[in-house]
Order: sequence, then structure tokens, then C-alpha cells
Amino acid sequence: MTDLIKQTARQLSDLLRAGDVSAHEVAVAHLDRIAAVDERVHAFLHVDREYTLARADQVDAKRASGAAMGVLAGVPLALKDVLAMKGQPTTCGSRMLEHWRPPYNATVVERLHAADVVILGKTNMDEFAMGSSTEFSAYGPTHNPWDLDRIPGGSGGGSAASLAAFEAPLAIGTDTGGSIRQPAAVTGTVGVKPTYGAVSRYGLVALASSLDQAGPCARTVEDTALLHMAIAGYDPKDSTSINQPVADMVAAAQRRDLRGMRIGLVKELSGQGFQAGVRQRFEEAVALYTSLGADVVEVSCPSFDYALAAYYLILPSEASSNLAKFDGMRYGLRSGDDGEHSVEQVMGLTRAAGFGPEVIRRIMIGTYALSSGYYDAYYGSAQKVRTLIQRDFNAAFTTCDVLISPTAPTTAFKIGEKLDDPLAMYLNDIATIPVNLAGNCGMSLPIGLAPEDGLPVGLQIIAPINGDDRLYQAGGALEAALHAQWGHHILEEAPAL
Amino acid sequence: MSGITRAEVAHLAKLARLTIDDEHLDHYAEQLNVIIESVARVSEVAGDDVPATSHPLPLINVMRADVQRPGLTNAEALSNAPAQEQGRFRVPRILDEE
Amino acid sequence: MSKTALLMDFDQALERFDPVLGLEVHVELSTNTKMFCSCSTTFGGEPNTQVCPVCLGLPGALPVVNEKGVEAAIRIGLALNCEIAEWCRFSRKNYFYPDMPKNFQTSQYDEPIAFNGYLDVAVPTDEGVMPFRVLIERAHMEEDTGKALHQGGATGRIHGADYSLLDYNRAGIPLIEIVTKPIVGAGRYAPEVAKAYVAALRELVKSLDVSDVRMDQGSLRCDVNLSLRPTPQDRFGTRTETKNVNSLRSVERAVRYEVQRQAVILTDGGKIIQETRHWHEDTGLTTAGRVKEEAEDYRYFPEPDLVPIAPSREWVEQLRASLPENPALRRARLQAEWGITDHDMASVVNAEALDLVEATIAAGADQAAARKWWLGELSRIANERGLGLEELAITPAHLARIEALIADGALNDKLARSVIEGVLAGEGEVDAVIAGRGLALVSDDGPLLAAIDAALQAQPDVAEKIAAGKLAAAGAVVGAVMKATRGQADAAKVRRLLFERLGVSE
Ligand SMILES: [Mg+2]
Ligand SMILES: [Zn+2]
Repeated sequence: MTDLIKQTARQLSDLLRAGDVSAHEVAVAHLDRIAAVDERVHAFLHVDREYTLARADQVDAKRASGAAMGVLAGVPLALKDVLAMKGQPTTCGSRMLEHWRPPYNATVVERLHAADVVILGKTNMDEFAMGSSTEFSAYGPTHNPWDLDRIPGGSGGGSAASLAAFEAPLAIGTDTGGSIRQPAAVTGTVGVKPTYGAVSRYGLVALASSLDQAGPCARTVEDTALLHMAIAGYDPKDSTSINQPVADMVAAAQRRDLRGMRIGLVKELSGQGFQAGVRQRFEEAVALYTSLGADVVEVSCPSFDYALAAYYLILPSEASSNLAKFDGMRYGLRSGDDGEHSVEQVMGLTRAAGFGPEVIRRIMIGTYALSSGYYDAYYGSAQKVRTLIQRDFNAAFTTCDVLISPTAPTTAFKIGEKLDDPLAMYLNDIATIPVNLAGNCGMSLPIGLAPEDGLPVGLQIIAPINGDDRLYQAGGALEAALHAQWGHHILEEAPAL
Repeated sequence: MSGITRAEVAHLAKLARLTIDDEHLDHYAEQLNVIIESVARVSEVAGDDVPATSHPLPLINVMRADVQRPGLTNAEALSNAPAQEQGRFRVPRILDEE
Repeated sequence: MSKTALLMDFDQALERFDPVLGLEVHVELSTNTKMFCSCSTTFGGEPNTQVCPVCLGLPGALPVVNEKGVEAAIRIGLALNCEIAEWCRFSRKNYFYPDMPKNFQTSQYDEPIAFNGYLDVAVPTDEGVMPFRVLIERAHMEEDTGKALHQGGATGRIHGADYSLLDYNRAGIPLIEIVTKPIVGAGRYAPEVAKAYVAALRELVKSLDVSDVRMDQGSLRCDVNLSLRPTPQDRFGTRTETKNVNSLRSVERAVRYEVQRQAVILTDGGKIIQETRHWHEDTGLTTAGRVKEEAEDYRYFPEPDLVPIAPSREWVEQLRASLPENPALRRARLQAEWGITDHDMASVVNAEALDLVEATIAAGADQAAARKWWLGELSRIANERGLGLEELAITPAHLARIEALIADGALNDKLARSVIEGVLAGEGEVDAVIAGRGLALVSDDGPLLAAIDAALQAQPDVAEKIAAGKLAAAGAVVGAVMKATRGQADAAKVRRLLFERLGVSE
């Protein structure tokens, strides 16, 4: 029998449709894999075996009844623990929400249910998605399947690691400054941050509302496109949702034709100060693009130099307000309620006990940036930088169809290495952040292993607002060429778990 | 831009409803200074002629019809409450009206 | 906190100081649903049954603007002669309080939907009613908070309570906050101006049919800002903000109280602290809120979960064209049409009977009769039953029909009251009640003459007195006839027949 956990979502879909396997069997294979390896990887925070098997059985029964089934029906998925799922734990990696069970579903979850995707469980993440290593999870770090002593990226390290560890063929991540793309890069997987507003944020526990976007993660570009199609589209419950039809991402992924495509190499993100092996693989990918018939040109986006600073003002500002609701009054942790403490004291004690240090740091910075007397210099200026970044992108996209850069400056670093150095940690997102600030879309896909450490390197493709299908076209073609070169998927080179 | 004083950090903690002891306050003050120093440069780049962008998409007038939809039952609403009484959320004594 | 602050005599205070007023009124809209979610806004539901992930502030939930809320805001703005913003936004006002599920209020800040307006009000003074123009700074949209019930302690109040219970049914109900510019020049009539403004605003908003404007239920709430300065030429003094002044009478009293309280402090060389004060309806006092060590810092910023509102000019003009007649102008017009005094008009307005009287007249009744029924019998019944006039099960058409029957001599006032009783009791339309209760007036002369004869026989001296010119003696005969016909006679007609019988002319 085929090793079900090694199959892509597309392959599983074919097997399920042909009746060669049941959704139940597919779920069991993945649940068994999780049981076997997740003690070491710690990609998952919650797995409810019974619930998952019951869902798989429902899907099998529906298929047996002759109902029309979606392409992903019966395919398992790992869900980042930042999306509300009715009756299931939704902790956001925080002690604050340790026992919270939402009374409602996120729109993304509703869509996954409607597509008969089988959700395996909730994945680990940096607390409230603040971090680039998943070390800030209150429930302990996730380990990179390539090297268990290393970080899997963050904040969506759990989702990316679950794919790399063959615990799930599909995963949902969320990306506020790179939390889908950077984990994809350091785990040798694929991840897409869709255009802002392409996927509903309803039920996504907000970090920074104007930057957050949920998106698909998988091991191949085509699988990522299949999942993208399942979750994207207008949602009247999200005022910032784009009300227009979703382009055919799957067709774009399958096109494999780059002739005439103009690819911009962003000078400011081209790798100065980046790890040598990252730069080397990136340069090879650029050459490969040229050989595939694309026209690669250099473009300059000078304001990107200020993106990181603007981001680390805008994000904490919005977060300080979004996270104010966690006060122990209506749900979640309540601390210090001894009958003597006042409501003000209980709120203060609860928040100090429920939030980890990175969350507290960012709440304080955001509170500072918005406070009277500082607003204009910090939050106000950061919003202006945002305008400049959008202008830079607009200019670049008048001459280019897509832009490219390395996704992250380094390969996966060692757990603990940057834990006490916030600024060093923040630098991980230097290449991914401009995309969130401007609202356009980006993909990371693996382009090889860095020679010096044998760890995966990711390439970032950036497309304009609503140009998500271009990511899949440019990504699908490159992936096919690389697979042809390598003769296998990059994850085949990862050590066995 | 000069650094944040310890007193300012204490004020921020209060505004953000975070009960932080003195020792930790010092630590946070140190880290906040480093971070703020590194992001302060945002004020150098954009002049008065550059408008602020608070939102990536130029959407306007997203509104819904004034039609009721079922919400949560009382039991669902209170299902995660740390304390409840008489169908309401029970909270510690409130010092004064706002 | 001392309960009895020293007060200066009001007239004396006004000799020394010039008051500057500011009024902030919150109007709760009567939309079907809340401002940012689809929950019901009905008053008085079981606690936490009109809630959803959005208005409970659950993690992940997102707001969506209620179009009717925006429409109501624009209509209020237009009625207040405001400019309507081409483009405006919501912001977040950040502060922690347990009645606010998200710990920020979604409100408009520096970009209100309506601004720069005015409201003309009529202020009663010793020299008669004086017109006064109150300038409106802005009208903006925001959301209401939940409600706390304080448990334990002696008073049931927040002070001394052991804990509180929260109901979020009210959280998220749309509010329009209407803020005046500083009101100067009111002088000693500042209390009256404040009251007249709130009354006029209430009437105006009611005419738009966007709110119940029930101050007793909190659907119209008033905060009073007041400062004193030595003369109208001086800069504004430090103001206090008195919260939740929730009746028209209290608005007037709260202004008067603050003038008197501040005057003593300033005269003694003291300083007014910029603070929030609470109005106590029962004692007529204001008391200071908790002194805050630091000024509030609400850290406003544009609400990133909502997009801007840019009302098209077509929409605004369409709403302007559909505004109802200004209630003050309408009152003046109706008063002239009916030819009644200021006092009589005030009675109609105070009884909240203007619409009903107007409709009754439109249905054919005489203005005096229409006013008489609504302000007399029906106000009495409504009062007895604790209902508003509108809530009574009788319509202007019913009353017009009753009046027509009275004019025809088919009913008298006494019978009419019985008809009203029947209509209110659900016995049917006016004619059905008359038939059912057998209330038609005896209109044949025969039975009436027989009754007159019987009465004259029983009281022979009466006929003599009448014949001798003492016409007042007729009352005894008329009374006897009414009694004999169980009231179903037209007294005037009986009187006429009696005089004819006796050959006397009136
Ligand atoms: Mg307000
Ligand atoms: Zn609601």
C-alpha cells in the first residue's frame, strides 16, 4: 500500500475519488504519524482523534451517498491555533486562552468544513502570533523536522513543521509580517500570504488587523493553490474582505510557462547581510528563472529600508488595542480574584499572568506609540512610511509582473539563540514585512539547501494586490524545474524522524 | 528622541492594565528603549506631503442591512465565563464609575 | 466626599460670574440591530440573550457597520443644520472598563459624520419666550456599553458593592453623540437654555423617528459641561462634566447647582478641578468621581477592522429631501391654523398629543373638541393605566366619528365617554359600541315630551317659576328627564322642548 503520509493533497484526492482509500484510512495514517513523531516535533497543541475520525467517517458516508465532493474532500489538514473552531480549544499559544472553547467557527473553518477537509488538530504558534521562531508559545517550542534543535520559523512554526514532518499534507497559517512565508522557507515547504482581504479574517484572533491574513501552506505549489481556492473569497462578516471572484490559482500553478514574464529583483532585499548559502541558492534560482524564459530585471524600492521600523510600530499599536479584550472578565484566564482585589487589579494581574514577555513588550510599545504626544512621531510616521512602501511597490509593478527575494535572511537558527534579543529576532522578517504593509501577496517556496548547514532556503515571490494567481504561475514553474533538477522533493533529503 | 524613563514605563503598564513588579519593570524599560531607539527613524523619511495609510485597500462604504440574525444563547455566551450569576458575567467589585 | 457642598445664591452667583455651558447628548437609535452586529436592540430582554461574538468582543469576531445607523446619523445631522462629511471614519477609544467587551469603544474621533450645525430653541424668560441659537460642534456615531448590576453592600450602588454582574445586551447599540459648541451668552438663563436645548433636541430627534428618546430608559442621555468666568470678556474657566443627567428637569437643576457650587469655590479663591461629576436625581446634588492621578489617554487611532464611510451626495440629498417638517416650525404652523393661545398649544405639546390632535382634526373633528378629548378624558385614562396616549386602543378616526355623532345630536358627552370606554375595551368600532351598549340618544320628541310632562306634574312649582322668568329652574326638569331616559337624551333639546311646552322664550 502507498505510504499515505507521503502523498500530496492532489494525490490523496485522486486516491479518495477512485475509492482506493477512505477518508478514515487517510486520517488514521496521519493521526498515527502524529502519535509517532509529534512528541519530538511538537507541531500540534491539540489533536482530538475521535473528533477527527468522526469527521472522516462523515466525509466517507457523504461520498458513499453519491453526493458531489470537492477536490479536497477527505484530505487532512493542520489548523493554526489562532483560528476559532467551535467547541475545540483555541489557545493562540497563550496561557490566557488555555481553556477557551469558542462558541463559533471562523469563516476559514466553515469553508474547510464545507469543502469536507478533515481537520486533524490545532498547531503550535508564537503567543498571539508574535514571534518568528514559535519559541514564544506558552506551551513550549516546535522543533524543526530538519534538525530538532532548530526553530521551525514563526509564528506559524507548528503548521510548517506539521507539513515537513509528514503529519499533514495541508495546513493553514496566518501571516502578519511573514508568519506563513518564513516558516515555509526554513522547513522546506510552500506557504502563501494572500492579498489582504482575499481570505476572511472573521474568527482569526487578531494580532494586527490591517496586516493579518490567513493563507494556505502545503508541500507543493499545486496543493497550496488547491487550499487557497478552498478558503478564499468574499465574506460579508469581514468589512475588509474583497468582493470579487477568486482567480483560478490551480490553473496558474499548472501553467508552467514563464515566457514573457518580467521578474523584478528587489535591490533592497537582494541579500546584503544575508547568510551566504541563502544568497547562493537565491542567485541560482534567478539564473534558473532566466533560463526558463523569464525576463529578470533589478528594481529599487528605497522605502523598504524603513519597513521593519514602521512594522514594529504599526503592529504593536494595533495589537495593544486588539489584545485589550483579554482581561479575564468574560472568558479566558482570570487571576487574583480573591474577593478583595478590585476589577482593575484583577484585570492587571490577569494580563500580567496570562501574557508572556514578548506579548507584554509589544503591548507596551504599542501603548507608547499611540499615546498622546507620541502618536505623530511614531504611529503617524509609520503610516506615512506605509504610503511610501505602497508607492515603491506600485512603481515596481508597472515594469514587473512579480518581484522576488530570499524569503528569510538565514536558514533555521538554533532554539534559544535569539530568545533574549528582540531586535535580532525581528530581523527574520525583513524581507516579508513590506508585503504585509502594502497589502499585496507573497509566496515562499523551497529552492534548495544551504551548502554550509544543509538546511532549506526559501525564495519569496511577490505579486500585486489581487495578483495572487501570478504567485502560483511563477512558483509552479520554478518548482517544476527544480524538481526536474533534483529528481525528488526537497523533503526527501530531510533526516528521518 | 530620548529614551523612555522608568516612570514612563510604569505609566504604560498602567494604561495597558499590566501589573508588573519593579524588578521586571526595569528589565522592560531597558528592552523598550532599545526597540524604540531602533524604530524612531520612521519619523525621518516621510514629509508632511505624504498622507498616512492606515489600511492597505482603498475600500469605502462597506455596510450591512439592518436585519436581525440569531446570535448566541445565554448558555453559549456564558460558556467560557470565569464566574457567572443570574445569567450575567460576575466580575470583581468596580472601584468607581468611569 | 462631602455631601453638602457650599452653594452661593444663584442670583448672587450670576452677578459675579458668566456661565459657559456645553452639552453632550447621547441618543440611542431604535434600529433593528446593533451598530456593528446583527443582534436585536430591544429594551428589557433577558440578560445576555441579545449578544453574539461581535458585541461580546470574542476573540476573532469582526464588526460590520449597520447602514441604518449611518442613515440615522446623517438625518440627525441634517436636521441639526450640519454639514455632512464627504468621508469619515471610525476610531478606537481605548480604555479598560468591564462594561465594554473589547476594552475599546468604536467611536468617531477627529472625523465625525456631521459637524458645524445649530439648533434654534425657545427659552422661557421673565420677559417672555426668547429665541436662542445653540451651535452644534458635531454629531458622531459610536456604540453603547453593557450594563452592570452592583451586588452586595448596603446601597446596591457601585460604592460599597461586593461584586458586579454584567449584561451585554446593550453593548453595541448605536449611539449618536451630539456635542454643542460652548454655549455663551445665556447668562442667568443658562439653566433654562440647557433644558430648552435638550427638550428641543429630543423633539427634533423624535420627529425623525430614529430613537425612542426615552430619558427614563436611557435612550437619551445628557452630560452637562459647565464653567464660570468673571465676565463675558474673560477666557473660559475650568469646566466640570456632570454625567448622566437624565430628565429635563434635572438638566436645569444640574446647571443651576454647578453654577452655585463653582461660584462659592471661585469666590473663595479656590480652583475648579477639571473632573467628572455624578448627578444624583434623588438629592439634586452632584458629587465628584474618583480623582484620577493622570489625565485619561484614550490612544485613539483609526479602527482597522472597518473601512471609511463616504456618503454619496445623492444619498445625503435624498435624505435631506425626506426630512419631516421641523417640529418647532410645525408647532407654530398648527397653532396659527387652530387659532389657539401659546398656553393651549403648550398643553397639547406637554401632553404629547400633538400628532394625535392633528390627526383627529384631519379626520374631521373640530380643533377644540379634538384637544378636549385627548387632553381630558384620554389623558386621564392613559395616566391611570400608565400608558402613553399613542398606546391607547383608540384612534383619531374613532374620535372624529364620535364628534360627528355629537354634532348630529346622536350622542352627548356622557354617552361619548361610554363609547370611548367601549372602544378601549375592544368592543368594536364606534357604531358597533353604540349599538352593543344601546347608547343612542332618544331623539323622538314623543318620549321626551312624555317625560317632560311627568316631571312637570311631579314638580308643579317649577313650571310657575319658569313662567315667572326664572329660567334657571329648568335644570330640575331637565335633570329629571335625563334620569328618566338614563342619560340618553340631549339635554339642550330637552330644555328647548320644555320652553316650547311652557310657551317661554329663552
Ligand atoms: Mg462618546
Ligand atoms: Zn451582537
